[in-house]
Amino acid sequence: MSIKGKAYLMGAFEHPTREAPDKSTPQLHSECMRGALADAGLSKDDIDGYFCAGDAPGFGAMSMADYLGLRNLRHMDSTETGGSSYILHVGHAAEAIAAGKCSVALVTLAGKPRTDKGGGGPRGGGFAAAPEAAFEMPYGGTTHNQYAMCATRHMHEYGTTSEQLAWIKVAASHHAQYNEHAFLRDVVSVEDVINSPMIATPLHRLDCCVVTDGGGALIVTSPEVAKRLNRPKVKIIGAGEAPKGTYGGKVDLTYSGAAWSGPKAFAEAGVKPSDIKYASIYDSFTITVLMQIEDLGFCEKGQGGKFVSDGNLISGVGKLPFNTDGGGLCNNHPTNRGGITKVIEAVRQLRGEAHPKVQVRNCDLAIAHGTGGSLGTRHGSATVIMERE
Amino acid sequence: MSEQGTKPAPAARKIFPPAINVETERFWKAAEAGKLLYGYCLACKEPHYYPRSFCPFCFSESVEWREASGNATVYSYSIMYRSPTGPYTIAYVTLAEGPRIMTNLVDCDFKKIAIDAKAKLVWKPSEGGAPVPFFTLA
Repeated sequence: MSIKGKAYLMGAFEHPTREAPDKSTPQLHSECMRGALADAGLSKDDIDGYFCAGDAPGFGAMSMADYLGLRNLRHMDSTETGGSSYILHVGHAAEAIAAGKCSVALVTLAGKPRTDKGGGGPRGGGFAAAPEAAFEMPYGGTTHNQYAMCATRHMHEYGTTSEQLAWIKVAASHHAQYNEHAFLRDVVSVEDVINSPMIATPLHRLDCCVVTDGGGALIVTSPEVAKRLNRPKVKIIGAGEAPKGTYGGKVDLTYSGAAWSGPKAFAEAGVKPSDIKYASIYDSFTITVLMQIEDLGFCEKGQGGKFVSDGNLISGVGKLPFNTDGGGLCNNHPTNRGGITKVIEAVRQLRGEAHPKVQVRNCDLAIAHGTGGSLGTRHGSATVIMERE
Repeated sequence: MSEQGTKPAPAARKIFPPAINVETERFWKAAEAGKLLYGYCLACKEPHYYPRSFCPFCFSESVEWREASGNATVYSYSIMYRSPTGPYTIAYVTLAEGPRIMTNLVDCDFKKIAIDAKAKLVWKPSEGGAPVPFFTLA
């Protein structure tokens, strides 16, 4: 697909300041956004794509998107190539627009190296400079206790139980027993999970993923190259992405960004959750899986506890075989980032190359979905739907 | 130094000093005076937290920073046991004025913490920085 003639530059703004001791860096981003919107004659809620790079304080595009109040994003990109990033972002924005991924893309750059002498590292000072840092970092938030707060609230609103969450780990362990590389290969029971030490209420040690070294890689090619290769073809047929944040004090812990990225991916692919034969679902914690399954539409909101119980996620037993490599809960979680392994196991399933004991029969349609960041504050959700050709 | 054969008590959890910038320094000045501020938009009439120089809902710059009453209810929480300095409770509480904010529930019996429990503002010193707003059961 060519981007020729598919996108236009319609707003531009150069901040007049050259020395800004009276403004924060996030504030400068907001003022640049205001200027460009005014130039284009658009308003904040028209923006559905956001592009930023290493100068944007905080966690990738997530902190700034949350700070700026960008609620309609369906495309984001924080590709970092130093000073050229924003030229590159124009190209990316055009591609995204040509592909229908967004229609109004915002690119921001701001910083104050003159005022903050020696301050501001390559990521604008890192997490400590994120606009939310002062209001969150004193409270000892970790992945464990932030995800755990989602579980506490989910249990309160929907009656979800620790036993139901435990079934997710049980299913993963049933798969991991066949994976010779899995970090944990022992099959565990619901009792094993709920009797394991409490980490952050209501999550036990066996509700948490493993910590491992490792890595992964993927090759994505054009149809022409794919045709020349002697491998089963796995076609990408749908993708969705969305950020979720704390929304200026309107945080809701009962759902994830999958509620937006999932439907977009399904709509693009032209398939329904019930068509999916295999699902790779990010499993940093058991609650992560449960909420994403609901938000992706595999069951009604609030019914995730019932859905995952009684082996429903075990290959050959239940309706939705998931994480047949053992997932992050048993197999691995390289560098504390489990997204790539989710795609890898989905590709194995679609090629028919999963372990024979967990291979899904006639597996021609699969989903890989992940949550990056914190379910309890701000995160980026990404969904990909793949088909065997 | 502890006596031989006795375990030293865990050191108190370090309260990270808030990173203050020119946009938020008046929040932390008010904190020194025991006042918890939240943002209120004069254009769309919505309150927000953390306060900032504009409204995150309608993007208006007509925002006031108002003092919260300090009354709140527990929205969710987790008691963190994986801590070298002893268990502590992270929580979101909903301020009487509307915004839902991250905090810790301190100086209270863990067994009495529940969703919808009433909570009230208390201040604690940070490590060499401004005081930080916490909540305790009311």
